Amino acid sequence: MIQGVQIDFLSAERMDRLTMMEKIRLILDDVREGNIVVLEKGLAPDEQSKLIEVTMMEIKPDGFSGIELETYPVKGGDGFGGFFSKLVGKKAESRLTVIGPANQLKTIKKDENLIRAWVSSR
Amino acid sequence: MNFLIRAKLTVSNLFHAFFHKKKSKIGIYGPPNAGKTTLANRIVRDWTGDAIGPVSEIPHETRRARRKENITISGSNGNSITIDIVDTPGVTTKIDYNEFLEYGLEKDEAVIRAREATEGVAEAMHWLRDDIDGVIYMLDSTQDPFMQVNIMMIGIIESRKLPVVIVANKIDLPDAAPQRIRSAFPQHPVVPISGMEGDNIEMLYEKMAETFR
Repeated sequence: MIQGVQIDFLSAERMDRLTMMEKIRLILDDVREGNIVVLEKGLAPDEQSKLIEVTMMEIKPDGFSGIELETYPVKGGDGFGGFFSKLVGKKAESRLTVIGPANQLKTIKKDENLIRAWVSSR
Repeated sequence: MNFLIRAKLTVSNLFHAFFHKKKSKIGIYGPPNAGKTTLANRIVRDWTGDAIGPVSEIPHETRRARRKENITISGSNGNSITIDIVDTPGVTTKIDYNEFLEYGLEKDEAVIRAREATEGVAEAMHWLRDDIDGVIYMLDSTQDPFMQVNIMMIGIIESRKLPVVIVANKIDLPDAAPQRIRSAFPQHPVVPISGMEGDNIEMLYEKMAETFR
């Protein structure tokens, strides 16, 4: 059998059909199996907050040590928080997001349009 | 007679509801080792003569949110606020007890520290969702401000429409670059300080009095 790491690309449509907890469960179950999850559209701030909380509750010594998560900065071209976008009332859209096990996924470089990551198998 | 007493109480309650300003709980958030407890101790010491908790170079020294009530802070412009300061554990998405072994901790001690730290981070996120009225977001100005956890946390704070002051800490260190923090988060006030040395601390009090009124 070919050795490697499974990468699941999840479309915005699929994620939009799920509730907050269903999304978090889907991501964490996948990541805890050693897979990398790529979300076409990132999580909302409330979902990110809950994801951190649930991740913390599932960390175990010599087992799951948490997640590595990277996303492109929010679009707007006027700084990371999009001051101008807020001024004109435009809602910031979260962008492509990569999530993986903290002990397997390492970010090497990130800027506005590039996420360079290194993945090791378990 | 009872009617008069009841009427008086109702008027008193209405007066209280209209004119009594709710005391704000201001959370000090940020990644581990940004200097949150050092700043919390300085604020509490400066305005009450007390302290809030111990500090350490080992990450996750603060593993429970700690609240100090009724701190009145005055800016030089006459603004004054009374707040509760909540010192919170450093927010992260990963905790591995092996990291603590590098600081000389025994395995048992490191495992306990990691477990308590995970509980502390979960608790800090819970406070942010339900109990915090404003945020001091602490960053180490010798570190990259674009770390994912900072981007997530600022996004979460903004989505909750909480007033925020970003503190660029550790400006006494040679590698400090507070201007990087300003350019990363231009939409928020950024105050460069040294929590350890007390540099610019008056400027921070002024900004707090203005932002958390």
